[in-house]
Amino acid sequence: MQKQRLVLIGNGMAGIRTLEEILKHDKDRYEITVIGDEPWGNYNRIQLSPILAGEQKLKDIILNDLDWYAEHGVRLVKGCAATRIDRERREVHTAASEAIAYDKLLIATGSRPFMLPVPGAELDGVIGFRDIKDTEKMIVAAALHRHAVVIGGGLLGLEAAHGLKLRGMDVTVIHLGDWLLNRQLDETAGRLLEKSLAERGLKLKLGAKTQALVGENGHVTGVRLESGELIPADLVVMAVGIVPNADLAREAGIEVSNGIVVDDTLATSDEHVYAVGECVNHRGVSYGLVAPLFEMAKVLGNQLGGCGKQRYTGTTTSTKLKVTGIDLFSAGEFMGGENCDEIVLSDPAGGVYKRLIVRDNKLVGACLYGDTSDGAWYFQLLRQERDLADLRSQLLFGPPRDLGDHGTSGASRAAALPDDAEICGCNGVTKGVLVKAIKEKGLFTVDDVKKHTKAGASCGSCTGLVEQVLMSTVGSSFQDAPKRKSLCGCTDHTHGEVREAIREQHLVTLADTMKALHWKTPDGCPTCRPALNYYLISTWPGEAKDDPQARLVNERVHANVQKDSTFSVIPRMWGGVTSPAELRKIADVADKFNVKMVKVTGGQRLDLLGVKKEDLPQMWRELDMPCGMGYAKGLRTVKTCVGKQFCRFGTQDSTGMGIALEKAFDRMWAPHKVKLAVSGCPRNCAEAGIKDVGIIAVDSGWEIYIGGNGGIKTEVAEFFTKVKTEEEVLEYSGAVLQLYREEAYYLERTVHYMGRVGLDYIKSKVLEDATNRKALWARLQLALAGEPDPWQAQLGADAAARFTDLTV
Amino acid sequence: MSADKNQWQSICKLDDIPAQGARVVKREGKTDIALFRTLDNRVFALDDHCPHKGGALSHGLVYGDTVACPLHNFKISLQTGQAQAPDEGHTPCHKVELRDDTVWLAVD
Ligand SMILES: Cc1cc2nc3c(=O)[nH]c(=O)nc-3n(C[C@H](O)[C@H](O)[C@H](O)COP(=O)(O)OP(=O)(O)OC[C@H]3O[C@@H](n4cnc5c(N)ncnc54)[C@H](O)[C@@H]3O)c2cc1C
Ligand code: HEM
Ligand code: SF4
Ligand code: FES
Repeated sequence: MQKQRLVLIGNGMAGIRTLEEILKHDKDRYEITVIGDEPWGNYNRIQLSPILAGEQKLKDIILNDLDWYAEHGVRLVKGCAATRIDRERREVHTAASEAIAYDKLLIATGSRPFMLPVPGAELDGVIGFRDIKDTEKMIVAAALHRHAVVIGGGLLGLEAAHGLKLRGMDVTVIHLGDWLLNRQLDETAGRLLEKSLAERGLKLKLGAKTQALVGENGHVTGVRLESGELIPADLVVMAVGIVPNADLAREAGIEVSNGIVVDDTLATSDEHVYAVGECVNHRGVSYGLVAPLFEMAKVLGNQLGGCGKQRYTGTTTSTKLKVTGIDLFSAGEFMGGENCDEIVLSDPAGGVYKRLIVRDNKLVGACLYGDTSDGAWYFQLLRQERDLADLRSQLLFGPPRDLGDHGTSGASRAAALPDDAEICGCNGVTKGVLVKAIKEKGLFTVDDVKKHTKAGASCGSCTGLVEQVLMSTVGSSFQDAPKRKSLCGCTDHTHGEVREAIREQHLVTLADTMKALHWKTPDGCPTCRPALNYYLISTWPGEAKDDPQARLVNERVHANVQKDSTFSVIPRMWGGVTSPAELRKIADVADKFNVKMVKVTGGQRLDLLGVKKEDLPQMWRELDMPCGMGYAKGLRTVKTCVGKQFCRFGTQDSTGMGIALEKAFDRMWAPHKVKLAVSGCPRNCAEAGIKDVGIIAVDSGWEIYIGGNGGIKTEVAEFFTKVKTEEEVLEYSGAVLQLYREEAYYLERTVHYMGRVGLDYIKSKVLEDATNRKALWARLQLALAGEPDPWQAQLGADAAARFTDLTV
Repeated sequence: MSADKNQWQSICKLDDIPAQGARVVKREGKTDIALFRTLDNRVFALDDHCPHKGGALSHGLVYGDTVACPLHNFKISLQTGQAQAPDEGHTPCHKVELRDDTVWLAVD
């Protein structure tokens, strides 16, 4: 079958990102031609500002070198403009008089600087700031001349002015608004910015209107303002706005209104023609920042790559200025308005200003100057439309938790960290390494950063920080995590959607699930297979068959793999209680199998380390103890203190309660590991406050705490309820865990599940609705009734193929 | 290690290797070899040694024609032994063939 011909006009950031998305899904689907009027491969336009400022080199900003086009079989027609689109014959004509035929056409021609229509605008030395050519002109002018005028005090204008100043020019910024960045900042922040730019030697003319450019011998020599003032200029940079490059489309009769009009699938009025990037008008908006363009690219890339239509519904953008040493951030309705409350911190002498706009108890805008370290967090709150009830009183002071907090809700002072600060402890990645990779490899998303640096790729607890570093490095081109996050690269469905489909469509095998949900890969990947397997067995206990090949090694061989590829064996010791006979047996087994170390675990039991895989089944047989599931996403241990039986403070039999809980939840698989503890009094020797379910005995009964976690980020469990009897402890804890098992996403700990759905929600399902609580508890008991001991289940006929090796 | 020194040996039946799984072949004094069987019953043979920190690839999760190392999730191509970018590294591959339902390995 002949391939479809895909032609892209515009070799820029949005267009090439779309191609990359398509190629990721299907590298053979199209015969691709790119027509670009610039003479190079696609480069990172954003970094033109640091280049002008002398902070980066041209070669560092190429995103796709010519080899990339060759490797992907993409024909690049470079240094050659497209001049006409013939929609009837489906051909694009180029300046080199070639006619290139297409089946699908993608227009991504970006935009051009708006040149003020004042007398003298055509003089030499008057330029915009858009591409490498403009940047080179500015660099040359800075070397030869003295006076520069930048018209426009927006982001682009200020970055140009700053760069020219650093190159030794005498720079004046002419700005029509009453304060700088009046589209991004309120007046107070604008004034602070003005002060600090003035201190850097920029001359600023605010509320000033350009009347004409004057020149001699065809070259500009000055700018005349309406006030009559004449400012000398050898170089004039116009940065008053951009105009979408929509002429080609308009002339071809495609609907254009300012930009090329596209619908939510990024299709134009011609069904064979799509458009992305700054050249489009989507729902009346033309964007001028890369984050939205990349989102468009993803949506269209999915569609053209054969993965089904998605919708692009617009992007909330945020702003940063790329001038080293100046920190400002703004997002949303930063000016406030009707029915808005404002929370303001203003310390002009200290150069810090924060203004947060709140409406209906939600953050709708933020404007920060001087200290922007919480910008990402505010932006997150804003996009999530999160209710501020619990945060409001502290909102100005940033997120309530420490540095390195889990996930994007985390706090950060990333921008202020030194380069050698360690960001990812698991993989030893410092901030300096991250920043270098982000700049050199042109990374924009947390996922890309993870792939290239491994930061955040292991335990993930530093993801929030990685995101902060990314944001402070790339500024507004930062792409925050998409609101909907697909389970993995094999599917566009989210965890939630997959869980729902499995339940609604009664899917019981991995193969059926992948088929029903149009998986893009034949048999998934290490991310989705374990997740699907868990969803299946937890949704259809007794019916869905546990697939060992969908489990990672620990859960496949029911032991913990060690760094030398030996394993460890942890049998259960109910509630941490053992006996002389049991200890003797363990000692004998340890001797017989030459166990390298016997260690008391943090979960109050014994770990036999350094066991060869082929010895596992025989060891299990000889131990003849239940599997401790010390390796599992499931019930680990129930830690107990001695309690009333012996302790002089004990109020209840905490040991007995712990044993009862461990027996009740034994063999329980879960979205992530689950640890419990029971203490006999509030002295809490069993450390129940940092367990998924922690029980503390008091004179009158038992207090239940949930959502604790002693891990990378210590999370204190929340008080859930108090009950009287042991039966109630079992029923309430069981119901909470079953709710978690049924609703949490794979690898979501109880604390993160609780953070997502809210403690009140869990209370409503378990405390306030007794029928539902009993039903949950009954479902858990039913699911566990049919669950075999993992070790015993391994000792069947196929054990040989699983555990023994072959020889030659 | 010239190819002519290699000798084809029959090792096991296809069904001795779990589908989407692996089986180890021990060799005297040499690195173990991992035999992999994919979902569509192709068989591959690689040193049972991850180029990263030596994890046993036979313990990995097999998907498509890739195995993910159990220790730090390097993704190794079963076809070429090459680690998937951005990771770097290479694991030696061995010749292996399926004749009827018997797995043959060329060992040196
Ligand atoms: C100096 C500067 C700093 C910036 N800083 C930031 C920032 O910090 N954060 C941020 O988010 N955004 C920033 N931007 C904006 C960002 O660069 C743009 O949003 C982005 O590049 C737009 O992508 P695009 O693909 O739509 O257009 P472009 O990247 O401009 O690509 C369009 C390409 O099409 C070509 N073309 C046009 N017409 C034709 C034709 N007829 N035939 C052939 N080729 C054609 C153009 O020459 C160009 O190469 C900055 C822009 C500039 C100029
Ligand atoms: C994500 C990070 C973590 C990893 C990779 C990890 C890894 C492990 C491993 C491999 C074991 C088993 C040891 C063995 O059998 O060889 C183990 C056991 C254990 N871990 Fe962790 N752990 C992590 C987080 C935690 C946290 C957050 C806690 C504490 C609150 C913790 C407490 C324990 C305890 C108490 C045991 C013994 C378990 C038992 O007896 O069953 N671990 N962990
Ligand atoms: S928690 Fe209380 S009852 Fe339990 S051992 Fe400590 S002091 Fe004793
Ligand atoms: S040893 Fe294989 S990924 Fe580290």
